[in-house]
Amino acid sequence: MIRILLLSLLLGLAAPALAQDAGPADAYARLASDSYGDIEAGIAGLAASGEPRAGAVLAALADGRLLYRPADRALFIKQGGGLVDARTGAPAQGDGLKPVRANNKIRRALDAAQGQLNLASPDPGKRREAADAVFKARDPVALPALDAALGRESDAGVKRALAAARAAVLLAKPGTPEADRLAALPAIQARGDGDAIAILRGLAAGDPSEAVKAAAARGIQAVETRLAVAAAAQNVWYGISLGSVLLLAAIGLAITFGVMGIINMAHGEMVMLGAYTTYLVQDAIRTHAPGLFDWSLAISIPCAFLVAGAVGVAIERGIIRFLYGRPLETLLATFGVSLILQQSVRSIFGPTNREVGSPAFMSGSFDFAGLAITWGRMWIVLFALGVFLGLLFVLRKTSFGLKTRAVTQNRRMAAAMGIRTPWVDAMTFGLGSGIAGIAGVALSQIDNVSPNLGQGYIIDSFLVVVFGGVGNLWGTLVAALTLGVANKLFEPYFGAVLAKIALLIFIILFIQKRPRGLFALKGRAVES
Amino acid sequence: MTSRTALIDTKGWIFLAALAVFCLAVPLLNLGVAEGSGLHLPTYLVSLFGKYLAFALLALSLDLVWGYCGILSLGHGAFFGLGGYAMGMYLMRQIGPRGVYGNPVLPDFMVFLNYKELPWYWLGFDNFAFAALMVLAVPGLLAFVFGWLAFRSRVTGVYLSIITQAMTFALMLAFFRNDMGLGGNNGLTDFKDILGFPVQAQGTRVALFVATGIALALGYLVARFMTVSAYGKILIAVRDAEPRTRFLGYRPEHYKTLAFTVSAMMAGVAGALYVPQVGIINPGEFAPTNSIEAVIWVAVGGRGTLVGAALGAVIVNYAKTVLTGAMPDAWLFALGALFVVVTLFLPKGIVGSLIERFGGRRARAKLPPEPAIAPKLAEEGQG
Amino acid sequence: MSDADLLEPPAADFAGPAGKRRVTDALLYLDDLKVTFDGYRALRGLSLTLDRGEMRAIIGPNGAGKTTMMDCITGKTRPDTGTALFDGVHDLRRLDEPAIADLGIGRKFQKPTVFESHTVADNILLALKGPRSGLASLFGWRNRVEAERIDALLAKVGLLAHRARPAADLSHGQKQWLEIGMLLAQDPKLLLVDEPVAGMTDAETAQTATLLREIARDHAVIVVEHDMHFVRALQCRVTCLHEGAVLAEGSIDAVSADPKVVEVYLGR
Repeated sequence: MIRILLLSLLLGLAAPALAQDAGPADAYARLASDSYGDIEAGIAGLAASGEPRAGAVLAALADGRLLYRPADRALFIKQGGGLVDARTGAPAQGDGLKPVRANNKIRRALDAAQGQLNLASPDPGKRREAADAVFKARDPVALPALDAALGRESDAGVKRALAAARAAVLLAKPGTPEADRLAALPAIQARGDGDAIAILRGLAAGDPSEAVKAAAARGIQAVETRLAVAAAAQNVWYGISLGSVLLLAAIGLAITFGVMGIINMAHGEMVMLGAYTTYLVQDAIRTHAPGLFDWSLAISIPCAFLVAGAVGVAIERGIIRFLYGRPLETLLATFGVSLILQQSVRSIFGPTNREVGSPAFMSGSFDFAGLAITWGRMWIVLFALGVFLGLLFVLRKTSFGLKTRAVTQNRRMAAAMGIRTPWVDAMTFGLGSGIAGIAGVALSQIDNVSPNLGQGYIIDSFLVVVFGGVGNLWGTLVAALTLGVANKLFEPYFGAVLAKIALLIFIILFIQKRPRGLFALKGRAVES
Repeated sequence: MTSRTALIDTKGWIFLAALAVFCLAVPLLNLGVAEGSGLHLPTYLVSLFGKYLAFALLALSLDLVWGYCGILSLGHGAFFGLGGYAMGMYLMRQIGPRGVYGNPVLPDFMVFLNYKELPWYWLGFDNFAFAALMVLAVPGLLAFVFGWLAFRSRVTGVYLSIITQAMTFALMLAFFRNDMGLGGNNGLTDFKDILGFPVQAQGTRVALFVATGIALALGYLVARFMTVSAYGKILIAVRDAEPRTRFLGYRPEHYKTLAFTVSAMMAGVAGALYVPQVGIINPGEFAPTNSIEAVIWVAVGGRGTLVGAALGAVIVNYAKTVLTGAMPDAWLFALGALFVVVTLFLPKGIVGSLIERFGGRRARAKLPPEPAIAPKLAEEGQG
Repeated sequence: MSDADLLEPPAADFAGPAGKRRVTDALLYLDDLKVTFDGYRALRGLSLTLDRGEMRAIIGPNGAGKTTMMDCITGKTRPDTGTALFDGVHDLRRLDEPAIADLGIGRKFQKPTVFESHTVADNILLALKGPRSGLASLFGWRNRVEAERIDALLAKVGLLAHRARPAADLSHGQKQWLEIGMLLAQDPKLLLVDEPVAGMTDAETAQTATLLREIARDHAVIVVEHDMHFVRALQCRVTCLHEGAVLAEGSIDAVSADPKVVEVYLGR
């Protein structure tokens, strides 16, 4: 910290004195020199001169392409195999040229100078970058340029950056009056990042004025709070994102386990089948209709639903229906199925990960209230909610949903009323499996598509359903989001693995306290 | 005349006799027959058989809680692993200065990770008696606390299965961490001595095999003693109709916790005997899949029979050895199919079906209905 | 407990179970019990008193709260409000099922619940009165119970010939009797018997009535039953419940003549 301040002090002392006698000619002359002091003065002079060629010359110097002829102090730029005159840009010839050398100090001066030049760039992004560069370099030479830039700046964000840069320069410059230093603090604070904290820390520790020290200390606190809030908000978003993944993985289970009471250990493999279906669909599109690639996920969704749903119906008809009323044995049998499915996929597609591409709309990111949000995650969150609402609709508003609920609540009564309970069982199980398949489409975008894909989700999914309360879809939603957010909020403190362990232990303890989950169904038992 | 059943019944005698013959024959064929002879049993097979017997003890412990108490633990691998780690820690400390880095106290992985001194929980593990105590105490304590919490809150059936699975999963994640001070990913290995005898030596291996056989026999007798007593009858009553036992004045949580704790200790012993014979213990032992695999051993042999569980473990693992050697891809298909076929067509397992067929006087009742799960048929709570 | 204690006025100086002061001399004292399940009011201020050694029949249409009342007495359901005292000192609302069973309240369920994979004799063995701890069962007296003691109980409920059969093999009526036998083995002060003759033939019903009357000679008994012939055969006081409260109480003739009861049973 102190070293940086010292350096900027040195720079501040040396540069202006040498750069006063402006005039580009003088600056060019100084550049064509063997002495680092002269070169540095030349850089500062050129930057302040407003000379149109200044940018090109300084860039050449930065790249080591600036040459000079000691005899007449002419400057040339190496460009595309030939030479151009540095002052005019016209092609030129020359012998006995020497490169203008640069050391670290020169490079720093160059950075500051280029920053100053960029302050006038027409591109707001460039201007902002330049302001940030000045903020970091804190070279008082830039002050006039900063003031000028501030005067004509119209973009609010860039203006803030410029103000912060100006404040930083003022604070770094020796001899700034106490009142000006105090006035500069809010602009630094407004920047609100780690660099701002660094500057404020330096002031709080080393400023001669007690008032500035105190204001800086307050500023540190304010910035730290803001940073903490921003970090928490970012983590909450990551948590929602993780929660939506958990929701996708668990939602099918909420039907098979929650509504039907079937322990389907092969649930994860349904997700895996959905992911492999996506892979196959994309493969087919790549070979037959490359233009449709952006539609590959949309096409995969019904395919994955049908594939996983069909496998689900087959499992229900082939195995589970013989085991109703024996949940533990269902658990074992479906675990066997999961092994078989995993090994089948491994035998067919190989044990390695398969590449599933992302359509264009899934890539990139956008900025929302200071949070960087990737489109891929955003779509998955929306997709998860969509699937959830769709399922809710099917169960609550359709006749199929009514039948499912009827069979669940009183199988014999439902049968007596003419509902074909075996058909409802198979279809409900197929629905749960199909939704797991859909989840696989989404998860193929963020996870490795390998035969083990499903295994990573099965324990989490069960815990989500149990935590939320069996038989309660809303409970599943709340549980998934709660666990996702809690996981991400714990992570900064415990690290990813310990956060996960802590959550597992929490759920184990929670189930002791409330064996029926968050939203338990109450009511007099059917059986006494 | 009292109502007590004999401690060792016919199938028990057959089992103990077969075990005794096995434990005599293997050392004899290994040590007593010259290496060139066709009857000679290679030492690696002795350790392989020892591994089977350790698995048999694990299956036995699982059968005690699943077969007699209805607790389908999908986390018994955790107790097995903890027992194994306790033994592994003892074996690590026996290496002494013979490690790659030659540190007299710190195991190699600690030197590698820049540990300055032994973490506190490694203290005492240079002493075999202490380590042996920990083999029982650590799994026992975990099972006691876990069981007491779960059973007191009346967590049963699949809920219990799921949280036992979560328990072993959490332990697996924890043991994978280097910060745990237990070797992280690689676990504990490169063992040299056990009680002063080199673990690789033929004699030691035979002794370990025999010790495992004896432990299995003792485990069988303990489990049998528990199950034929009135305690065992109450345990079965709890399995079949837990709420009913409460109205008779029994506290099912006490009965279940005791069974679960004893079972976890047995699993710990199994793990401790397994580790020196295979030469390594790593966090993979905590993988949920391992625990479920152990369940299928019990199911194949026949749950609620004890003997069947041990037999199932040996049969399935023998099949695994043969199949993974011959057709590696086929093993998971076979194992998966085994789960399906046994639950659908052989719900009582091999021994259970044999008893039913030739059991004589006592025709066993059909398998008890398992507690149905909420919300369909909530038996407890608000009702 | 002296007579002076028994004569103490109720409620006035109730000191709770810790004080062990008897506030009522009734064996079972239920006052204003209320239970709500998810908005459904199963009990709406039920009050009932049972004297020592009394037998009482409870009747009432479905949903009257008969089983919920049993659940409240045995600790399965915790009432929202009200008083439930056993023996005048034990607050049943604070105790769980095993503790209540330990006080001496036994229960036979509506659906016969016996331990199906145990033999008939073992079912009785597990019910026998005595310490219930795990250690006692592992090493203690329950492993050395004389067969004669169990046989005597089995003879009482007519199941001696079936002693070695698994309980699962018994008929429905036999299971009912086995459960009554288990109740006797428990030797409780109060027996709660829920629909003991459901699914029995007339002859079996008559036998059961005789058996219950015999039991009632040295036990207090509450019988819940729909079968009016059976209730009449019990020759005891009758309480009719309706919508979670007592509708009428008295002799069987008085209750069945009560116009409110007639209305409840026959509809408006």
